[in-house]
Amino acid sequence: MAIKGKIHSTESFGAADGPGIRFIVFFKGCNMRCKYCHNPDTWYGSEFKEVDSDELINTALRYKSYWGENGGITASGGEPLLQIDFLCELFRKAKQKGIHTTLDTAGQPFSYDKAFLEKFDELMKYCDLVMLDIKEFNPSRHQELTGQKNDNILKMAKYLSNMGKPMWIRYVLVPENTDFDEDLTALSAFLKSLKTVEKVEVLPYHTLGVFKWENLGLDYKLKEINPPRDERIENAKKILGAK
Amino acid sequence: MLDFKQWNGFKGEHWREEINTRDFIQNNYTPYFGDESFLAGPTAATNKLWEELQDLQKQERAKGGVLDMDTDIVSGITSHEPGYLDKDLEKIVGLQTDKPLKRAFMPYGGIRMAEEAVKTYGYTPNPKLHKIFTQYHKTHNQGVFDAYTPEMRLARKNKIITGLPDTYGRGRIVGDYRRIALYGIDTLVKSKQYDLAHCGNGKMRDDVIRRREEIAMQIKALEEIKEMALSYGFDISEPAKNASEACQWLYFGYLAAIKTQNGAAMSVGRISTFLDIYIQRDLDNGTLNESQAQELIDHMVMKFRMVKFARIPSYNELFSGDPVWATLSVAGKGDDGRSMVTKNDFRFLHTLENMGPSPEPNLTVLYTNKLPEPFKKYAAEISITTSSIQYENDDVMRPVWGDDYSICCCVSATQTGKEMQFFGARANLAKCLMYAINGGVDGVSKMQVGPKYTPITSEYLDFDDVMKKYDDMMSWLASIYVHTLNLIHYMHDKYNYEAAEMALIDSNVRRTFATGIAGFSHVVDSLSAIKYAKVKTIRDEDGIVVDFETTGDFPRYGNDDDRADEIALWLLNTFLQKIKQCHTYRDSEPTTSILTITSNVVYGKATSALPDGRKAGEPLAPGANPSYGAEQNGLLASLNSVAKLPYEWALDGISNTQTIHPDALGHDLTERKNNLVNVLDGYFVKGAHHLNVNVFGKEKLIDAMEHPEKPEYANFTIRVSGYAVKFIDLTKEQQLDVISRTCHSSM
Repeated sequence: MAIKGKIHSTESFGAADGPGIRFIVFFKGCNMRCKYCHNPDTWYGSEFKEVDSDELINTALRYKSYWGENGGITASGGEPLLQIDFLCELFRKAKQKGIHTTLDTAGQPFSYDKAFLEKFDELMKYCDLVMLDIKEFNPSRHQELTGQKNDNILKMAKYLSNMGKPMWIRYVLVPENTDFDEDLTALSAFLKSLKTVEKVEVLPYHTLGVFKWENLGLDYKLKEINPPRDERIENAKKILGAK
Repeated sequence: MLDFKQWNGFKGEHWREEINTRDFIQNNYTPYFGDESFLAGPTAATNKLWEELQDLQKQERAKGGVLDMDTDIVSGITSHEPGYLDKDLEKIVGLQTDKPLKRAFMPYGGIRMAEEAVKTYGYTPNPKLHKIFTQYHKTHNQGVFDAYTPEMRLARKNKIITGLPDTYGRGRIVGDYRRIALYGIDTLVKSKQYDLAHCGNGKMRDDVIRRREEIAMQIKALEEIKEMALSYGFDISEPAKNASEACQWLYFGYLAAIKTQNGAAMSVGRISTFLDIYIQRDLDNGTLNESQAQELIDHMVMKFRMVKFARIPSYNELFSGDPVWATLSVAGKGDDGRSMVTKNDFRFLHTLENMGPSPEPNLTVLYTNKLPEPFKKYAAEISITTSSIQYENDDVMRPVWGDDYSICCCVSATQTGKEMQFFGARANLAKCLMYAINGGVDGVSKMQVGPKYTPITSEYLDFDDVMKKYDDMMSWLASIYVHTLNLIHYMHDKYNYEAAEMALIDSNVRRTFATGIAGFSHVVDSLSAIKYAKVKTIRDEDGIVVDFETTGDFPRYGNDDDRADEIALWLLNTFLQKIKQCHTYRDSEPTTSILTITSNVVYGKATSALPDGRKAGEPLAPGANPSYGAEQNGLLASLNSVAKLPYEWALDGISNTQTIHPDALGHDLTERKNNLVNVLDGYFVKGAHHLNVNVFGKEKLIDAMEHPEKPEYANFTIRVSGYAVKFIDLTKEQQLDVISRTCHSSM
């Protein structure tokens, strides 16, 4: 029997989530609790559909004519790696159809656990690009911001680098939370040690997702924080070598 | 075979033996595959002129929308002394009246409207003109109202047929203005004289008599164009000898059109590739440089930006923002497969950089994914920075209209110099659905407007029952609609004939009969609601259904969901078939369209609540756009739904307007350009017809509405259904309507 995925929603037109125009599948569920998350509605609740991979692929293919030479499917979320079996099947079928696959992940479920690694290796056979969010380099700040450790996330980056998997690193710049020169510098050194980073993107923190917190009755902890100033964005880009 | 020394260096033969601009173009143009780096910025003269014009536009806005009006002279080709913006600087000359932005008095469509327009802005029309056009000379409007049947008046009054060209010029006729540059007036006169001599084949039937009279009027118009040009110091009896003359000769033709007609759409046509031939010849022989070439185009476009007509308030409600649809089409492909993009196609788009964004001319890119990549990217960049251009699918239009068609109104194609259109405004199919439910009674006026068919009396709507009744009511609507249009166009030909434009079109003209649909998406969603959900009727004290309670989910048009989209296909095809069953005036070919301009707001006001959840009086979605809030799966799902509508079923056009937040299109300009090109490629490959692209966020619209005085909003242009407007020129109601539409901004 085919595995079903718990999918929060899909978007036919993603132009900022991987190369070219993407069909985005938002997976339900995430273990991180990032204070600025703009999709907190994917965390919990009953707002999801159970779909099988064929159905998603068929829907995605309706948009193939818009993909040009570099578009495709992006698995995002939520955290797609929490449903690795389904994700693997989705990407395997996508590759059968010649679709470019991108995994947008924060890496939190990654571990060296043998059972997980086997599945992860299988998944990577069908994944063309990993967009890895690194929320903070400093472990305690990471813990404070997301409620989770970051050692396994950094290990995942190394692991991908060693297997030669192309990566885009994404870093959300949040004043007073992730905008520290010493952390940015340390992260930069870490990124330089990786061999397969094709691109680093600095995403300035924005408040467009705040209404979702209010709708969910959640307390938004960054109310006092404004988007970063241009010179801080430039500073982060410069340190991290982002374009 | 004709020969002129002005044709030195031109190739090809057919076009020398007959009037055939297309053949001239195909034999002589130089396709350009490079990028925009060759383009030149504005000259000092361009900057100065543009500053002067902007200053006049500012004064115009301060005076309530009109700078000056003529109250004494009946506008005609030679009615006014030459007028200038700044005589010493203008490379292209010619104004509609003796002063820039001064609106002409045009009574042939209807003296009542001409007078009302003048009075609205505080001017007093000359009473002598009133007497002339009520006692001595009949107008189009008078002819129409003399002949209307009571049933037509009622349908018109209740706005089930709406926006009809009976109080304004029908427009949409594009003269082949290029012919003046290529042949000169004298050759064109000779050709028409030949047609007149050979018209009728000895039989003197009424259609022959009429044709003979029309050709005679065309010849007179040609002579007048020559006289008008002479008043500006140009002898246009012979062909233009260089690029500067070609631009000027061509513009005189267009000027004659806008001096004699105030049609709702006064398109310029397809001129870029043609003019490039002259510019390229001058560049090659060293008599022109790129800066001078751009200056010619800039100055010409400035003239198109200055076209103005005196309008009445009800017209402005229909077509908001003072549009004239000086539609100018660029790019496209030839029948032989060669790209028709020349350097001049770049130059026309570049005017939006040299002189900033502008709604006019209504710049239209005839798009195919096979256009040269650098041109596609340049057009995408201009879209992203100015939101001032629209795209239409050359791959679906070329097989129908050949490779020398122009866009003659907002989005409709016409064969240049070979065809004219009878513009037909819209039938409101959403109101028609309510007539089906209420047995022909109008839910707003409570009058019996349609035939007294059996109304629906059940509490809940049954799909099969509704469909049967809707089909019957649509048959009635199609026939009264076509009958009304036949009458309007008969009178327009009789009292307000477009001699100047028709003089530049073949005498043996093809005619199309362009009907249109309003309320499309709402009917589709309403029928889907009746089919897939439960729709309960709410009746007033007289038992007329005035509202609905819809429970349960139903698929909506705009989500790439075949269940809803199949209803859309059914609706379009059914209406078209019913139109085709009617006799159309002068044996014209019936077509239909799904495009409603800004009139969706006015049409909505006259439409009661619908089963899809739209409340009474709310705006209808514009054109073929899905209804507000219906799109749940993002931009491409919405585009896919619209792309399913076959162009062959709506040859008059299927307009779609989409707004994309810049951040949703990519992180930087390069990404945004590439992604927009991919969107266009993907959409048009599916056979879609038209796309208006706006790139801005809602926050900018709201700020512009609240702070229209900010200098950055003076020329802030947005695309609405089929045309572009300066946002601050829209009524508040329409501004709110635009703001409430879906902005695709997934982040």
